[in-house]
Amino acid sequence: MGKTLAEKVWDEHVVRSAEGEPDLLYIDLHLIHEVTSPQAFEGLRLAGRKVRRPDLTLATEDHNVPTLDWDKPIADPVSRTQVETLRHNAEEFGVRLHPLGDVEQGIVHVVGPQLGLTQPGMTIVCGDSHTSTHGAFGALAFGIGTSEVEHVLATQTLPQARPRTMAVTVNGSLPEGVTAKDLVLTLIAHTGTGGGQGHIVEYRGPAIEELSMEARMTICNMSIEWGAKAGLVAPDQMTFDYLEGRSEAPKGADWDTAVERWKSLRTDDDAVFDKEVVLDASTMTPFVTWGTNPGQGVPLAASVPGPDDFEEELDRVAAEKALHYMGLEAGTPMREIAVDTVFVGSCTNGRIEDLRAAAAVIKGRHVARDTRLLVVPGSVRVRLQAEEEGLDVVFKEAGGEWRGAGCSMCLGMNPDQLQPQERSASTSNRNFEGRQGRGGRTHLVSPLVAAATAVRGTLSSPADLEEL
Amino acid sequence: MEKFTSHTGVAMPLKRSNVDTDQIIPAVYLKRVTRTGFEDGLFATWRTDPDFVLNKPEYADATVLVAGTDFGTGSSREHAVWALQNYGFRVVIASRFGDIFRGNSGKSGLVAAQVDDKVVLRLWDHLDEHPGATITVDLESRTVKAGEGPEAIAETFDIDDYTRWRLLEGLDDIGITLSHEDDIATFERGRPQWKPATIH
Repeated sequence: MGKTLAEKVWDEHVVRSAEGEPDLLYIDLHLIHEVTSPQAFEGLRLAGRKVRRPDLTLATEDHNVPTLDWDKPIADPVSRTQVETLRHNAEEFGVRLHPLGDVEQGIVHVVGPQLGLTQPGMTIVCGDSHTSTHGAFGALAFGIGTSEVEHVLATQTLPQARPRTMAVTVNGSLPEGVTAKDLVLTLIAHTGTGGGQGHIVEYRGPAIEELSMEARMTICNMSIEWGAKAGLVAPDQMTFDYLEGRSEAPKGADWDTAVERWKSLRTDDDAVFDKEVVLDASTMTPFVTWGTNPGQGVPLAASVPGPDDFEEELDRVAAEKALHYMGLEAGTPMREIAVDTVFVGSCTNGRIEDLRAAAAVIKGRHVARDTRLLVVPGSVRVRLQAEEEGLDVVFKEAGGEWRGAGCSMCLGMNPDQLQPQERSASTSNRNFEGRQGRGGRTHLVSPLVAAATAVRGTLSSPADLEEL
Repeated sequence: MEKFTSHTGVAMPLKRSNVDTDQIIPAVYLKRVTRTGFEDGLFATWRTDPDFVLNKPEYADATVLVAGTDFGTGSSREHAVWALQNYGFRVVIASRFGDIFRGNSGKSGLVAAQVDDKVVLRLWDHLDEHPGATITVDLESRTVKAGEGPEAIAETFDIDDYTRWRLLEGLDDIGITLSHEDDIATFERGRPQWKPATIH
């Protein structure tokens, strides 16, 4: 029997396998940031251990860094201590760090691909659940906890029980104006937040093959939001074209060898997945969340559901709690929901293609009077590219705020937070209670919906805007 | 890591499903660089409600948490496990866990015991009838026990064999892996030279 892509990558990284024990997997790339690493380095120090492979480790500052005044010392002393701790640890253990102010600084999952460090067939881990983003390149990439960060630092390996495999086959093509974000939100509403649990998911089918690398990253990024261990897409010419010439990609003869190798990274025709989900992209429409987990979503054209719309008792209770928290009435058309803040950014939708899409909608229009638009590039490189293309001017002229790179309002660890009861349309990945600030109410949306919402002040798609 | 064999303690019902790690500890509480002190962030938002179960005096000494399905989904923050442990919890019983949370629990010595939905409902009923009651969680026999007489609950729970063994023995993962250092070195010698490096 053949193997799935995930099984191929897994098997190539098994250092040791024994009956009754998890496999010991070799890790090709370990990404680090300031929030989930301090206790891991402290553990090494206490045990007198070194970082085994600093040359396979990369650190960046992203989670709690400010997006204003980033050239000044961080004002919040606790955040500053955490960032300074990372700098100290990187220095002591010889780890390459891209700190605030560096041209390669940014969200760890934007930086890896943009440097060309994220390549097909690799194993990649990071103390962050959205590490699944890197799966877009056909890498096996997943989030880990701090104890595991310490384990990888010390050994460059990780004991892992072999997950099951799942295929998400997406047929058809996404209609005009419908994006990868809509696709993945539709998928999560279909499977529920626990539907992928225990599985590595391969996204495949014509609709996936047509997607750009940025769009594939958006989909893989949100694998964790339906509980999957990891999500990946088989590498193809699109992947190779994205990588070629990037600073850390193989060069010359190495490039040819690598591409030859990467071309074999496909699920065999006779391979069997443990589970399969099939979706049709051609019926998809702009999709937004109404509740407090990413599975609580509906088409933008629909209305807020009520508890009675759900069959399961637990879903009814969850819907009731979510409606209460979100301050929504069942039956309200989604398009009538007024939004205070629009956030464009994050490892889900903070890449250049996302900013271009949002800017194209905003250009020549103005942000609604009672709405705030916050645009936060995923990395310094994305910011500079956007500025070269004049996207910053488009956002600023429309009345939006143009910020420095970081995770920002996706999780509100820095000062970019919602106020209690403030409502956002956000291109990020989680609409959990309080995620963007205590009491804040989040609707997850695509960059196109975010931009149109900023203009109209209520949840909208570009099709709802008046022609210029 | 401290060995875990069996534990009996006051059990607290958390009647919610989909308790993501942002609810267990919001991001603003993640800025410490130590492994201790996270108890103040545990369920920080819900705790502002005086009626929240954690604020009830009968659960002041709770060490076992009984939650609904999909407990610990979302963010990878191990701080969620530390917050529960720092507060005093030794065990979480739920009908399904987020993968990363379950992994983190095993590494830090918090027992994540998975039971059927029906068992969670029975335990909740029992705790409603007897607030402050204890539950015994025996890792050796993988059982949860509560109550006495004809209404006593005795059910098995799921936890993977390897994690159970490590918890019973109190073993440190890194130590185990480093005993296979030769295998790691051999693997490294076979890696293609064109694989990327961060330092040249």
